[in-house]
Amino acid sequence: MSILIYIDHADGQIKKSALEAISYGAALAKNLNTTAEAIVLGKVNEDLAGLGAYGLSAVHQAADEAFDKADAQALAKTVAGVAGTLSAEVVIFAANANGIALAPRVAVRLKAGLVSSAVALPDTHTEAGFTVKKVVFSGKAFAHVKINTPVKVITLTGNSYPAQKAAGTATVSQLDLHPDLSKVTITGVQKVEGEVPLTEAEIVVSGGRGLKGPENWNLITDLAHVLHGAVACSRPVADDGWRPHHEHVGQTGIQIAPNLYIAIGISGAIQHLGGVNRSKTIVVINKDPEAPFFKAADYGIIGDAFEVVPRLTEAIKAIKG
Amino acid sequence: MKILVAVSKAPDTTAKITFKDNNTAFNEDGVQWIVNPYDEWYALVRAIELKEAAPDTIIHLVSVDDSGADVILRKALALGGDEAIRVNIKPTDSFSVASQLAAVAREGAYDLILTGKETIDFNDGAVPGMLAELLDIPCIPVATKLTVENGKAVVVKEIEGGEQTEEVAFPVLISCAKGMAKQRMAGIRNVIAARSKTIKVVEPVAVDRLTEAVSFELPAAKTGVKMIEAGQEAELARLLHEEAKVF
Ligand SMILES: Cc1cc2nc3c(=O)[nH]c(=O)nc-3n(C[C@H](O)[C@H](O)[C@H](O)COP(=O)(O)OP(=O)(O)OC[C@H]3O[C@@H](n4cnc5c(N)ncnc54)[C@H](O)[C@@H]3O)c2cc1C
Ligand SMILES: Nc1ncnc2c1ncn2[C@@H]1O[C@H](COP(=O)(O)O)[C@@H](O)[C@H]1O
Repeated sequence: MSILIYIDHADGQIKKSALEAISYGAALAKNLNTTAEAIVLGKVNEDLAGLGAYGLSAVHQAADEAFDKADAQALAKTVAGVAGTLSAEVVIFAANANGIALAPRVAVRLKAGLVSSAVALPDTHTEAGFTVKKVVFSGKAFAHVKINTPVKVITLTGNSYPAQKAAGTATVSQLDLHPDLSKVTITGVQKVEGEVPLTEAEIVVSGGRGLKGPENWNLITDLAHVLHGAVACSRPVADDGWRPHHEHVGQTGIQIAPNLYIAIGISGAIQHLGGVNRSKTIVVINKDPEAPFFKAADYGIIGDAFEVVPRLTEAIKAIKG
Repeated sequence: MKILVAVSKAPDTTAKITFKDNNTAFNEDGVQWIVNPYDEWYALVRAIELKEAAPDTIIHLVSVDDSGADVILRKALALGGDEAIRVNIKPTDSFSVASQLAAVAREGAYDLILTGKETIDFNDGAVPGMLAELLDIPCIPVATKLTVENGKAVVVKEIEGGEQTEEVAFPVLISCAKGMAKQRMAGIRNVIAARSKTIKVVEPVAVDRLTEAVSFELPAAKTGVKMIEAGQEAELARLLHEEAKVF
């Protein structure tokens, strides 16, 4: 019996969301009196034994580079196989692009119940049995979902469980495994250089129609840069082509829960709020005192973004030194 | 080409979310139902665009739901599609929905299955991957572009910090997100034409219930916003630094 965590990585580096998943899995293992182990498929340039500091007792790696290009079908088969060999009771993924591709497939292979987008550790001692809290209605509510099967699969929402580093080393073992031939071929990758991915960002600065046009976006990006944050926008901003689609947050866009969300010139429509209201601290800058967003905010300034934002950027710069 | 589009019924995006029976069930009173936006705007409309480019394409819609979903299926049929199939059972968890869809998909031998990225009520994003695994076919989730080139699907999907282009032979399942197609409205003519399209009702297969939502809660309300005067941005910066400790 053990908890198995899938370690997601890109360009040889372990993702922050994977470290969160490890810490989450390690805490769950402790609650269940078992061990947390991890599986790494493909090549990483990091010290895997060092992941013991996040609470792992063992890391199982299949280092065949073919895994780096393998499709979800092939990866899921391998992960499910390893989970079976280790008699894993719970398999955990980050709820990101790869997690969404893999977890449902692994769950089917293991005949396991799946809870996606978990936001807290499972409750293992309730009357209901094993329940997991997850986001529903695009952030407007939470559900406690009970898993009825002996093997369970969970994907963890980004930024909802902190990566916790202490001391410790994990044993690292190499698995002689190779992926099936992929049916999907990757023909191109277009990365936006130097930007913090929205789903992993701890700070997000977001602009709405109040910014008047794409030519004014330096207000948003300058503030994001001093805070080392990511940039987001409301839906009409992406629809009008002012900003790329992948920056659109909300109920029908990306759902995020950063530590700080700064909404500038965004009215706070219910569909927008759904995707961002789990942010820990929300700052709203809007010239309309009646903007609904103020009701969901922790801090607010009523004023013209074109005046307020540059001053805020300078003030933060001054504190950062 | 034969396309299957999975559409689900979802509460309107402005619906007030409340719960009943001691917070164990979603309160559907007064809720307006819509076609799940991802299924309608992106999956279905892209299927229709593909049919417009290749008129011998056949589009079937499928929904797993009770008869309450018929209006939603009619609405979807008004946008396009040749016929609809409804699996006559109220949806429970992703696995049961995926299992019902798998039975329909096997029957129809589709080249392309399109779903939405997720439903806006349960936000699982799990049906596409499960369905693909049940059918033993590839799945590209959260795709923002889909074209058919030389008999293959060329798909762009979002990855952290960018996007990736992938190529795959049919049959394949693709879950659709923003960018995939331009949202459209059904004209009155199409609404009328849709009335004579078939909604075939099929009975469900037996499936185990792997998960169930036992209770719900609403997020804690904000305790009240602290307003700072315009001009006092330095004070806001200080509060964010010292009080909220976010940077
Ligand atoms: C099915 C459905 C799904 C949707 N999904 C989403 C979603 O996922 N995400 C999303 O964002 N929206 C979504 N929407 C759209 C949503 O309803 C709103 O229309 C949208 O969020 C409004 O964007 P906005 O706040 O940028 O623009 P507006 O509502 O036009 O607000 C602009 C704001 O800027 C302020 N302003 C103007 N000038 C200034 C200035 N100089 N300084 C400061 N403030 C200024 C105004 O006071 C106003 O509050 C959805 C809608 C539907 C129907
Ligand atoms: N009851 C249903 N009937 C038909 N399709 C569904 C149903 N539920 C979900 N789907 C499809 O699966 C996608 C993802 O749903 P989910 O995994 O529930 O978030 C949706 O966008 C639909 O395309």
